[in-house]
Amino acid sequence: MTASVNTISTQSAEARNAGDVVLDVSDLSVAFPTEEGVVKAVSNLTYQARLGRTLAIVGESGSGKSVSSMAVLGLHNPKRTQITGSIKLDGIELVGAPASTFQKIRSTKAAMVFQDPQSSLHPFHKVGKQIAEAYQAHNKVSKQVAMKRAVEMLDLVGIPNPQRRANSYPHEFSGGMRQRAMIALGLVNNPKLLIADEPTTALDVTVQAQILDLVNDLQKEFGSAVILITHDLAVVAETADDILVMYAGRGVEKGSAKEVLAQPSHPYTYGLLQSLPSHSEDLEELRAIKGTPPSLLNLPSGCSFHPRCEFKSQVEGDACWTQLPAWRPTPGLHNREIRCHLADPVATLKHDEEAR
Amino acid sequence: MSAQTLLKVTDLQRHFPIREVQGLRMVRATVKAVDGISFSVKEGQTLGLVGESGCGKSTTSRLVTRLDEPTGGTIEFGGRDITHLKEHELRDIRRDVQMIFQDPYSSLNPRQTVGAILSTPLRVHGLHRGKEKARVQELLELVGLNPEHINRYPSEFSGGQRQRIGIARALAVEPKLIIADEPVSALDVSIQAQVMNLLAKLRNELDLAFIFVAHDLGVVRHFCDQVAVMYLGKIVEFGDKKKIYEAPEHPYTQALLSAAPDINVARGIAPKERIRLIGDVPSPIDPPSGCRFRTRCWKAQDICAQEEPPLVTATADVASRAFREGGVHLQACHFPEVKTDLVAEVPA
Repeated sequence: MTASVNTISTQSAEARNAGDVVLDVSDLSVAFPTEEGVVKAVSNLTYQARLGRTLAIVGESGSGKSVSSMAVLGLHNPKRTQITGSIKLDGIELVGAPASTFQKIRSTKAAMVFQDPQSSLHPFHKVGKQIAEAYQAHNKVSKQVAMKRAVEMLDLVGIPNPQRRANSYPHEFSGGMRQRAMIALGLVNNPKLLIADEPTTALDVTVQAQILDLVNDLQKEFGSAVILITHDLAVVAETADDILVMYAGRGVEKGSAKEVLAQPSHPYTYGLLQSLPSHSEDLEELRAIKGTPPSLLNLPSGCSFHPRCEFKSQVEGDACWTQLPAWRPTPGLHNREIRCHLADPVATLKHDEEAR
Repeated sequence: MSAQTLLKVTDLQRHFPIREVQGLRMVRATVKAVDGISFSVKEGQTLGLVGESGCGKSTTSRLVTRLDEPTGGTIEFGGRDITHLKEHELRDIRRDVQMIFQDPYSSLNPRQTVGAILSTPLRVHGLHRGKEKARVQELLELVGLNPEHINRYPSEFSGGQRQRIGIARALAVEPKLIIADEPVSALDVSIQAQVMNLLAKLRNELDLAFIFVAHDLGVVRHFCDQVAVMYLGKIVEFGDKKKIYEAPEHPYTQALLSAAPDINVARGIAPKERIRLIGDVPSPIDPPSGCRFRTRCWKAQDICAQEEPPLVTATADVASRAFREGGVHLQACHFPEVKTDLVAEVPA
């Protein structure tokens, strides 16, 4: 399912060079003070998203992958959230920025597609009107022009009969069509960054394949950066260029998506891949990671993963318990960084895989 | 190996009458959620039900557990017809057939302690009288929870632990058949593997039969002996796991398998050729005539709209092969794709 040839100018005034950094997150921490204590949802996170590339942020629930992206769009309540560090979107600093700044950048520079299209479209308003409204918010155009743009966008995302469908309500759309409409809504102002938060988790497999293809096609056409937040490693393998693996609010491994999945060098990434049924098809037992993710109220000392890590005995001394590992290039691998104390993680993990 | 047939479902139907607005008029219509399916499960065997949302897999599991009453067909459990049993007659069945639910948050009563949750089924069935507490602790230990946590509330447990409580509750009455409706899809990846391992361990230790409803094809492949692929209330392909996954004959099964993203792409294995289905699943209110998949099928011809394809073995050759190997492989398509190399493999 390819998008029909679009008649919309996808080029904004400024040129878009593939590879330019559009989002630069450095040392970002997001914390929520609660009655029981401070929930450290994201701690010292650093990553970049580049034009024309898809960055996958992978992690389990509570790993901070959604919280960090919501901070980019200013979706946290500033009164109840402590955000420190720096988020630079297209050169604009967003940490501590006023609401008016976020209003300007939302939709024009960065947009988000959420997991559940059912609850993220307004049920009382026609789909076309919702998209037109987003366009009018940032462009001084008449209703008619905005509506025309909305119909074009619906056509672009592959909704059949867009003229008629623009006059439908969200409940008249199927799940897949609703997600297409959400993507149209996200792209209507041609943002440089599209954040897709579990965009296909609520969809069936055959529809998931359609939506992922659509996101890929549109990215090529618009040249924007895409951040794909997901827990599905197979989706990452097929769609992403870069990957950031998160655990308990921190990044633990980053590099090229395909390389990381083919040869993980952090014990957590390795454990996740080993636990997939596709990896141990004919085995009686799946290789599960022991234990459960830690509470964000009370993170373990040192490396957050150490209580569940099988390899901590191979690190000399008590570094895993006492010291937070810093980012460092993985020894022996090109273009790869991890946060782990293991001296030679590649050899350690390889040895483990062969031993099983 | 001649395990007894535990559950036999024949031509099962569940039609929901609904009212629909057409223009200014209310019209009576029928949602054909399950529309004539047949299968059987033997003791200790696991059947996987896969398909997209709306295909009727959850309705099927509700019918088999008799949480819902079929509008047609029969369900036999252990040789007894349970299709239209009244509530009070169902008590034995409730003991033999238990269910594990998808959402570990909404399927446990937040106001009851784990001890109360697990001892209720014991009390209802009058089991382990006077020794309920010991049995509850035994159950907790069986599913890998600390028996000392008997007085805790569900909110004090993580998602994976809650699912273990749900499993313990199902096991409390020593059932023969467990219907697991998406038991791991609400859990995190690293926890999914733990719960799958637990289910596999219990299945072996207690010799349980399972009907495993899931949309994750990888999990089904790992866990099930036989697989039924459903589409719009019908079984379109049924067979031993190996046959369904390695030599799918029905175009829908092929599309479903090819649509699932493949992690091996990262290891440099070329992505499989993806069959792209157009559009969504049609409404079960007015399903397409003939073959229900024809509106999205690339092989569809005139006959597909006129005649409904029966669920049969694809060719005589394959039938003889299946017979020799003792395996089953049925499909419902006018133009099935039979892998000839598999047929040629058969020793003379």
